[in-house]
Amino acid sequence: MSQTMIINTPQKPWKLTPKQLLPDLLGAIFTVAATFAIVAISPLKGKLGFALTLITMSILVSTAVSWIRQDRKAAMNSTTTVLVYIAAAFVIIPLTSVLYEIVRLGAPSLSFNMFTNDMSQTASEAPLTEGGLLHAVVGTAYIVTFATLLSTPIGILTALYIVEVKGRFAGLVRFFVQAMSGVPSIVAGLFIFAVWMIQLGNSYSGLAGGLALTVLMIPTVARTSEEVLKLIPADLREAGLALGATQWRTVAMVVIPAAKSGLITAVILGIARVVGETAPLLLTLGGADALNLNPTQGNMSAFPYYVWKNLLLGSENAVSRAWQGVFILMVLVLIFFALARYFGAAKGAPK
Amino acid sequence: MSNQTDSNSGNSRETNRGANMSKVTGKPVDKAAIRGASSSPVSSHSLADVANARASKLGAPTTGSTGLEAKNIHAWFGKKHVLEDISMDFFSGTVTALIGPSGCGKSTFIRILNRMHEFIPTAALAGQVILDGKDVYEPGVDVTKIRLRVGMVFQKPNPFPSMTIKENVLSGLRLAQIKIENEAELLESCLRRAGLWDEVKDRLDEYGGALSGGQQQRLCIARSLAVNPQVLLMDEPCSALDPGSTLRIEETIRELSASISIVIVTHNMQQAARVSDYTGFFLSDGGPGRLIESATTTEIFTNPKQKRTEDYVSGRFG
Repeated sequence: MSQTMIINTPQKPWKLTPKQLLPDLLGAIFTVAATFAIVAISPLKGKLGFALTLITMSILVSTAVSWIRQDRKAAMNSTTTVLVYIAAAFVIIPLTSVLYEIVRLGAPSLSFNMFTNDMSQTASEAPLTEGGLLHAVVGTAYIVTFATLLSTPIGILTALYIVEVKGRFAGLVRFFVQAMSGVPSIVAGLFIFAVWMIQLGNSYSGLAGGLALTVLMIPTVARTSEEVLKLIPADLREAGLALGATQWRTVAMVVIPAAKSGLITAVILGIARVVGETAPLLLTLGGADALNLNPTQGNMSAFPYYVWKNLLLGSENAVSRAWQGVFILMVLVLIFFALARYFGAAKGAPK
Repeated sequence: MSNQTDSNSGNSRETNRGANMSKVTGKPVDKAAIRGASSSPVSSHSLADVANARASKLGAPTTGSTGLEAKNIHAWFGKKHVLEDISMDFFSGTVTALIGPSGCGKSTFIRILNRMHEFIPTAALAGQVILDGKDVYEPGVDVTKIRLRVGMVFQKPNPFPSMTIKENVLSGLRLAQIKIENEAELLESCLRRAGLWDEVKDRLDEYGGALSGGQQQRLCIARSLAVNPQVLLMDEPCSALDPGSTLRIEETIRELSASISIVIVTHNMQQAARVSDYTGFFLSDGGPGRLIESATTTEIFTNPKQKRTEDYVSGRFG
């Protein structure tokens, strides 16, 4: 080969040529065509029948094509590859479908007055240009902030006890945290209702709702933080201690900064766990249609409560209000999580 | 090392270093070592010649402190006896290498010297570690002060990922809550002593993880120097590094040995011969690790008293 034959441009020699891709393409076309044919002539009907036939056909065809072109090993590889793609589709399709429905039903009738009005002067059946969900925004902001402020330190300190201090009761604490994370959310609401409200004589309030969500949020924050702290290499701790630091200084200056983005994720997961909880709030917030700016006193609303109430009313406008509530909650949570990720991103070495 | 490939330049360097050493330590230069280095041709593979070529700073400790001494150290992990009756003296201003096969307790031993041993839950200990005349394991001793005076560099470079280069170097001050007047000066002097200043002086605000492995390890050395230790323990500091970085770190060790004493664990026999003044040979015959022989590096590599030492340093086993 002469010197001039050498090409110095970036190439991808491992890429399949069009000729190699042709059997795959033909296989795909054949799969779809065969599916249509089978659905047309067999008793299988509707979307479900079509989907089942398509899945079966795609597995069969890709396995057959690989077997003919190569060997049994390649056929096995194609089968599992197709199965993995199908599994991924099963996860993605419902999720996008839910998102699509929320946007379709919640977005169009939005207006700015939603954020400035509550429902105290408006019936749910009234046109959507009247009333709003300010009371729900404020309520959710109060209770989630309250739950986050309480459960973040408790959760992270619990994780530090299990991972860093490795105290005598670390195993027991971990067991209880795991058990708590399985508690049904209504039990958390009932617990606050029984202890905080009946025993201690407090009335419905945002505070009580926040306490109920705290009970639910602590296990999530603690367990995720524990996993994150376990990932911090032991030699970083040793390096800190070898420099003459106390354990507290090492944890505060080395371990926590190194785990910062993971700990923020733990808090985000905790918030995601509780922000849509309805059952515990029914028992603790009391629910309201009017804006209540005092978190320690009086009935309060929240997004899940707002959605639940309007959905129960059932009239066309009320159901639209419920969808708006879901949509706005989703957008607010998205904005909040994006901000948390942005400000909490690790600045050091790439993960 | 240059003296393995080019005997002429190697010899002249060794001679120069010998002269420097004498200036730094104020000790008379070991004439024999220098003569050995400058007159006899240095063969490329003999560790004995490498050891000879290094002008050792032998003898009594330099002024002031009496240095570090381990007395009858035994160590256990659970029921397993891992170190038996180790006594070693580390003189101020010298480099001591600990050699021996894997699993013979060298790392355990140096972790005992700055009380890092106790972080392993099942660990137990007997014996004394005397630092400036006081047992570091005495009840009531502030362990954080011990670790300030006996610093440590680990096998894997471990700069703090959340800190910049500058913050990494000064982290010891923050961690131990020491306040100093002139941070910029300390920063520069530590990085210079670790041989890293010229490479990082324009990027002090970058994160430590952005450096190469060898630079990271020198950053860790600079970090341990910032709290001004008397003794620096190094647990196989070059085992994860390429030859070029190893060379830089060995130069750093040599420069540092003028002002502090260094204990270095190494599996690299050449390295022990090149950088150390004293060498201790550890060995475990299935049971607990023992200190088989401890003498000047020249002696260990030219004229070991024990057959097992000779076998090990000549590469017949281990």
